[in-house]
Amino acid sequence: MNLPGMSMKSIVSITDYSKEQILSILEHAATFEANPNQNILNGKVAATLFFEPSTRTRLSFETAVNRLGGRVIGFSDASTSSSSKGETLNDTIRMVANYADIIIMRHHLEGAARYASEVSSVPIINAGDGSNQHPTQTMLDLYSIQKTQGKLENLKITIVGDLKYGRTVHSLLMAMSHFSPTFYFVAPDELKMPEEYKLLCDKHHIPYVEKSVFDDEVIKDADILYMTRVQKERFTDAMEYEKVKNVYTLHNSMLDQSKENLRILHPLPRVNEIDMAVDANPKAYYFDQARNGLYVRQAIISNALGLI
Amino acid sequence: MNKELQVKALENGTVIDHIPSDKLFKVVSLLKLDKLSDRITIGNNLTSKHMGSKGIIKVADRYYTDEEVNRIALIAPLAKINVIKNFEVIEKKVLQLPKSFKGLVKCPNPKCITNNEPMKTRFETVSNEPVVLKCLYCEREVKEESIQLK
Repeated sequence: MNLPGMSMKSIVSITDYSKEQILSILEHAATFEANPNQNILNGKVAATLFFEPSTRTRLSFETAVNRLGGRVIGFSDASTSSSSKGETLNDTIRMVANYADIIIMRHHLEGAARYASEVSSVPIINAGDGSNQHPTQTMLDLYSIQKTQGKLENLKITIVGDLKYGRTVHSLLMAMSHFSPTFYFVAPDELKMPEEYKLLCDKHHIPYVEKSVFDDEVIKDADILYMTRVQKERFTDAMEYEKVKNVYTLHNSMLDQSKENLRILHPLPRVNEIDMAVDANPKAYYFDQARNGLYVRQAIISNALGLI
Repeated sequence: MNKELQVKALENGTVIDHIPSDKLFKVVSLLKLDKLSDRITIGNNLTSKHMGSKGIIKVADRYYTDEEVNRIALIAPLAKINVIKNFEVIEKKVLQLPKSFKGLVKCPNPKCITNNEPMKTRFETVSNEPVVLKCLYCEREVKEESIQLK
């Protein structure tokens, strides 16, 4: 149970942070980027409970803790944990909370992190719950945007690909609603931005334009181009997928008219939606974006423990 | 004109009227009337001026709190609650969906933690008309037609 008086808090969704708190985390992340090896977590133990494997995210979190002088325990796969014996999530969390000062968890079930935060006596950091939330990804997306653009306010952001099921897309939208953006939503009809998120934009007076054609038109005025993968499994009609699978791919030639400050982001892993030739383009930022995850997670963990 | 009542009048207790006929037995379960020993009269598929066909439940000597009765709004938002004393209607309760509630409703998302762990569901009411609920765990919205009681 996270007691407000102790200023330790769980992070389950990006909406758990106010605008001021987001800006504060980003400021701290910049300090960690300047100095990622500090002893702020000396004596602390972090548990990484990955009921669903995700090597990239887990290594990012574990490095974040290690570089700050903390220690890590945990598991990377539910099949090697007690849940394979039928132990409830409640029992696993309560048991681990006896050993660790903070729990970082990824689970295939939606709402798992929210529930864990209710039964745990230590803060929970959600590293992904099914197709629901992944707040640390959103935070590193925000950090990357702020770092490359020098600000978060009044930006033109083009989001491409799977806008219907894209967890990072929805979360980014919710976070950016604090900062008066303008959006271009580019997606095949089957994967359009769901109504509830368009309503959210309306509620916050955020202008957006929907397009199903991905061309230089939607890129030329953009400050940020956020690419996501269009997955075959998401299509009810396999033939529809075949028609669109290469339509939402970014090629270097499409960037000829783009602004100097444009940066290309992608939550990774990248399959074929960004052509490999783009990697050499100075506007390609997706690998730096992933590295920013380290500093952002250091800030989030330290903040969750009430240390900053 | 002597209009015959389709269901006998109640001396003291609570009447739940204007229940859509297809929801009647769900309301009976919701109020746990099938488990308790309250004296009840149930009528279903009765003629109604307003609804065409309706159900009605009369529970003798039993009064409900707003909280108990508001749950009916989940499945029959237009039902009417009349509180009876000495054959007189002393109060007409208007049903209001609670802003949030625990238990009662199942989350239709099979990947929600609430369907995979021994725990209570938690919902908040996003809209009253049409009824839209939101699961506080998986954050999916549940439309009126998908509402299933636990």
